Amino acid sequence: MVEVALHTPTAGSKRGAPVLSSDLALRAVPMGEDEHALNLLVEGVHCANCIARIERTLNARDDVTEARVNFSTRRLYVRWRGVADVAREIVDSVEALGYGAIPFDPDILASQGSEESTALLRAMGVAGFAAANVMLLSISVWAGLWSDMDATTRDFLHWLSAVIALPAIAYSGRPFFRSALAALRGGHTNMDVPISLAVILAAAVSLVETIGGGVHAYFDASITLLFFLLVGRYLDLRARAEARRSAERLLLLRATSALVETEDGSLSYIAVEDLSPDMVVRVAPGERFPVDGKIMRGETDIDASLVTGESEPQTAGQGISVFAGTMNLNAPVAVRVGRTGEDTLLAEIVRLIEDAEQGRARFVRFADRVARWYAPAVHILAAATFAGWVIFSVAGWQVALLHAVAVLIITCPCALGLAVPVVQVVASGRLLKRGILLRSGDALERLAAIDTVVFDKTGTLTMGRPVLTNYDEIPDDCHAVARDLASASLHPLSRAVQTAFGSGEPPADAREVAGCGVTATINGVTWRLGKRDWCGAAQRPAKGTGSELWLSRDGKPVAGFAFDDDVRPDAARTIDALMARGFRIELLSGDRCEVVDRVGDALGITKRRGGVSPTDKVARLRELEAKGCCVLMVGDGLNDAPALAAAHASMSPASAADISQIQADLVFQGDRLEPVMTALSVGARANRLTMQNVGLAILYNAIAVPFAMAGFVTPLVAAVAMSSSSLLVTTNALRLKRADPSETQ
Amino acid sequence: MNIIAILIPVALLLGALGLAAFIWSIRTGQYDDLDGAARRILIDDDPADPPAEQ
Repeated sequence: MVEVALHTPTAGSKRGAPVLSSDLALRAVPMGEDEHALNLLVEGVHCANCIARIERTLNARDDVTEARVNFSTRRLYVRWRGVADVAREIVDSVEALGYGAIPFDPDILASQGSEESTALLRAMGVAGFAAANVMLLSISVWAGLWSDMDATTRDFLHWLSAVIALPAIAYSGRPFFRSALAALRGGHTNMDVPISLAVILAAAVSLVETIGGGVHAYFDASITLLFFLLVGRYLDLRARAEARRSAERLLLLRATSALVETEDGSLSYIAVEDLSPDMVVRVAPGERFPVDGKIMRGETDIDASLVTGESEPQTAGQGISVFAGTMNLNAPVAVRVGRTGEDTLLAEIVRLIEDAEQGRARFVRFADRVARWYAPAVHILAAATFAGWVIFSVAGWQVALLHAVAVLIITCPCALGLAVPVVQVVASGRLLKRGILLRSGDALERLAAIDTVVFDKTGTLTMGRPVLTNYDEIPDDCHAVARDLASASLHPLSRAVQTAFGSGEPPADAREVAGCGVTATINGVTWRLGKRDWCGAAQRPAKGTGSELWLSRDGKPVAGFAFDDDVRPDAARTIDALMARGFRIELLSGDRCEVVDRVGDALGITKRRGGVSPTDKVARLRELEAKGCCVLMVGDGLNDAPALAAAHASMSPASAADISQIQADLVFQGDRLEPVMTALSVGARANRLTMQNVGLAILYNAIAVPFAMAGFVTPLVAAVAMSSSSLLVTTNALRLKRADPSETQ
Repeated sequence: MNIIAILIPVALLLGALGLAAFIWSIRTGQYDDLDGAARRILIDDDPADPPAEQ
């Protein structure tokens, strides 16, 4: 997991760093004589209208022969006649519609997952067909047992069943047989061993019975069992594929190339992975630094909020170190690539993550834990039945084998194989509807154990961007000027001004002075928008507590703007609700203590710490763990990534650094904090249902197994018992579909 | 009882048809985008008409 991670934690680069044209043309795949195709990942598609707009716009071009959006995977496939360079125009037109478009190579994104799922689907279809037809024939046989069916007809129907069931079992059973064989070769056992054994033995015994003209043929039980288990296996695969897809999407969003200055002064694009120390990289305003290094030329402000949690931008000039993932705010700079060795910040973070992940690897899924004792128990029961009948009965070994097979069929793990995946699928569907992506399959289970929630501040509890707080105090005649000056800058405070007053037209001679602000001359008047002393102001704006900005006219200050990094709109309610449910809440931030205290007071979080380094965050989580707490870490910064990996479970907002999103189990979208509540609630309910289903399965086994061992289970009883128990656990799992008031506050 | 000589092949044939249809639908990628298929029904497609918005 870690090595994918991460030369470039470039969150938010979706719109910030454009993909280069040269890259795009390379990604276009030649198709046939004069056609090219391009696979794109489109961001922001959420309804039928989006599909229609994208497809219609592209199809309206004369050269496009096919454009199709796959809504489930958010992918767009475009094919056109002509040269590869058209790719740029295609991406531009999709982006012009307001959607993000990132090219990807379909070969790199594991396509074997979809092949596997198609194979399973086909096996499921065959098993379903065979199960339905064999059941049809079996019902005739069972009905005949009570009426006057003669032996010839019964044997004929048995033979017919055999002809349908045996090839179907051979075909559809392969996923289980293969996995069982692999387990046996490795000298251990898994759930697929008893499943394979039950299916194969039942089919074999039934064939022997049929040849001998006997009454007991279990073809129906054997193939129906296979069908149910294939349904479960397919759902499980889909849920895992879903989680993998969201992980892949994050990887694709990383910036892929950097603009490098060669010795003769020319510029060329190089993949970030291929950068080596002492190369000189140019970084434009609005881009994130692709590597750690030192500034060679230029002076600029740097937004490090995603890396350190520090909410205010820092000014950096020649010789100052910059870190990968921080954003260049105002001027183009040239950066000498630093050593890519062990002492970069990123290497440190990656090392911490690796350490932290080792703890996580110890977690074993509940289903696997149950399977560990369930599989041997099933084998022992079946063997005991066989031995018991051989020793204590005169009926012969064929009858003993028949009863042993009945035990295997009855104990088959439908509750684990079918009901657990159904719970998973329904739960992840519920979360997805609320904008929460599940990134790992066992995260739901881990969520259920959580009793402590640790939050990061910047970008997690707060929005991670400043908001103007004293709109009313700004004189009306200043609005337009402030708006125009602000639109010449990418600084977070300038953006906040634009958010408040709308975006304007940057004045023709607008100039940004690093570490100071923006200046321009309009109609002979020199305006400045920037730092307090640069604008000649003496004290803070009246209401100001956080960041500030001043506007001056010919050197005289005329307006002071106060900003605060606003807490998420429902943060207070969510924290209250979490506390009311008995969760312990903590706040760990890399930002300055006074800012942390202010946010903590506003939200009523008493356990809080500011100025915490990534190592300290992990240490605090370890401390909590040692006390027996199960911690959910919610964070977004690069500095949170090790803690996200170390926590029992973790969540990130979709605005987080990529490296953090990759570490997080769940990623939530939107400005609200409520998803934390929703995820905890869904996790708890999913866990409850899983436990109930396993309980039901054990109860059912406790009743049915003694009958099977005693030899009372005929093919009819086996079929009814198995189907009804599968239906029962599946129906129970589907209860998760119903809304629950605990998911909202 | 001779009726089953007709009914059983008929039942099997119908089942096989269903199976063939299912496999055909997998082959032609009809399960690749289930969510999209549900939404596409809402799109008014009139290929002769260029997009009205813009």
